[in-house]
Amino acid sequence: MIIEGAAVVIEADNVNTDVLYPGPYLNIDDPERMKLYLFEGLDPSLRDKLGGRTVLVVGHNFGGGSSREHVPLAMKAWGIGAVVGRSFARIFYRNCINLGLPAIACTEAVDAAADGSKISIDAEQGRVEVDGRSFDTPVLPPFVIDMIQGGGLVKYVQRRLAERAASEE
Amino acid sequence: MPHTLAEKILLNHTDVGDLAPGDIVSIRCDLVLANDVSGPVAFNAMEKMAADTVFDPDKVVMVADHFMPAKDIRSAELQKRLREWSHQHGVHFFDQGRGGIEHAVLIEEGFIVPGMVITGGDSHTCTYGALGAFGTGLGSTDIAGCLALGEFWQSVPGTILVEVSGTKGPFVSGKDIILAVLSRIGVDGGTDMVLEFIGPGTEALTIDDRRAVANMAVEAGAETGIFPADRVTTEYLNGRTDRPWSALRSDPDAVFSRRLRIDLETLGPLVAKPPSPGDVAPVGEVVGRKIHQVYIGNCANGTITDLRQAATVLRGRRVHSGTRAIIVPSSQRVYRQALEEGLLEVFIDAGAVVSTPTCGACFGGHTGILAPGEAAIATTNRNFTGRMGSDRADVYLASAWVAAAAAVTGEITDPADVVGEDPL
Repeated sequence: MIIEGAAVVIEADNVNTDVLYPGPYLNIDDPERMKLYLFEGLDPSLRDKLGGRTVLVVGHNFGGGSSREHVPLAMKAWGIGAVVGRSFARIFYRNCINLGLPAIACTEAVDAAADGSKISIDAEQGRVEVDGRSFDTPVLPPFVIDMIQGGGLVKYVQRRLAERAASEE
Repeated sequence: MPHTLAEKILLNHTDVGDLAPGDIVSIRCDLVLANDVSGPVAFNAMEKMAADTVFDPDKVVMVADHFMPAKDIRSAELQKRLREWSHQHGVHFFDQGRGGIEHAVLIEEGFIVPGMVITGGDSHTCTYGALGAFGTGLGSTDIAGCLALGEFWQSVPGTILVEVSGTKGPFVSGKDIILAVLSRIGVDGGTDMVLEFIGPGTEALTIDDRRAVANMAVEAGAETGIFPADRVTTEYLNGRTDRPWSALRSDPDAVFSRRLRIDLETLGPLVAKPPSPGDVAPVGEVVGRKIHQVYIGNCANGTITDLRQAATVLRGRRVHSGTRAIIVPSSQRVYRQALEEGLLEVFIDAGAVVSTPTCGACFGGHTGILAPGEAAIATTNRNFTGRMGSDRADVYLASAWVAAAAAVTGEITDPADVVGEDPL
């Protein structure tokens, strides 16, 4: 599975989920409305770069703090195809994987990318291309690759529930 | 093979024969928690999963706390859905006026015992480490999976061992211990790690102090923070719960990723400066900073211990004319106890607002939002840009001692300068 898109760069390190999606908007549970407030506490003008096929390029420890899934839900609602970063905070990373949104740690790719760079990601092979330059990423555990390619945790739970039902018959 | 405490708990909740840091394993949940923000989003995901029932209604707790009491129509709709879903599925449900802030409620009402695995749709689910449990915060789709299967996937974390020695002095609290850890390892130093707190210095820490410590493990990026169960834990649980439990400890030869030492003898009151919980300074370095609002409450530091500290400072004194003070007991139980101990009268006489238990202004939701140019000092756990309102307001994090002292003087102050060297 190859994911392609234009880079939207957020350079800062330690960008937390409060600035990515501020608390006052947590009383929204529809991703189509969540997307209106993505990046609201960081730089609302970043939303102007979204809508087409994009890949977020981010810094170190991206997505720390609150477990609010509103952040990756809003990213998916905007059609963001993947997040490439120096490193990720743990709950944000889990949320991305569970939603089938690849979060790829690759410092060299982040260094090489600028706003608008053409990004291509092959998560299974562990490779990120930035404007034609190829970088290896740590190979993701098979479980994580299966989760992303299998459509995320919703599909995973559906399969597990079906298996349980079958074994009870 | 020797194991850390966290590894032992996880091993007790999985079918694999052994595990080591980095392994991805399926872990069974003893308890699954969500609130009025994470719950409805999880219910949406459950519907997509076509999961009609929860794995075990007795192991599910829903708490209305974030926008409670409902601040607007959308919040009311979320709470209505939480209420109806909870009744439909027959799970434990703490509605407005019945519980308070989720992590306070679950600990105080005896849901948590050592060795449990608790997954919560709230990052501060790590608070349960105060009782020797593995509590960890997850997003809503994860919580939906837990509700449906009673399991979640987990990459086995390493452990950072924090060895605490000495006896803490006056005005030093659990908040200062975790701020000291954050100043050492930063907001990313706990990534893929558990913080385990041991040593003679932990023996004199009450469960309330341990709650303050474990609560902010996630501020270091950690999976959870955990205190092995001991005599203090046993005393706290006696009469509070009839759930069976046994005490686990890390093996002496367990492998730790890192060791830190915290000496309570040299620890004084600390403050985290905006906009990072990891930017920590001794209170003396920020003394004199003008404070417009003091907030004493939240899942870390809205305990009876915090309210007693605040009352010690505020008794017979007034909130400064240039400052507002908001005091939020973290649960109905703490609220009632504060009433019976006469603490609420102290706060009201001092000119503070006393609120019903709620997450409220801690996350910028409601009931105490900051204007541009204002500064607050709060006993909460996050001081990110915009956390409590305007993105041009500053939030400092500190103990109830330091926060209450600022309420009296209108600026950040060493509490010893308000109440003398010995508060007791």
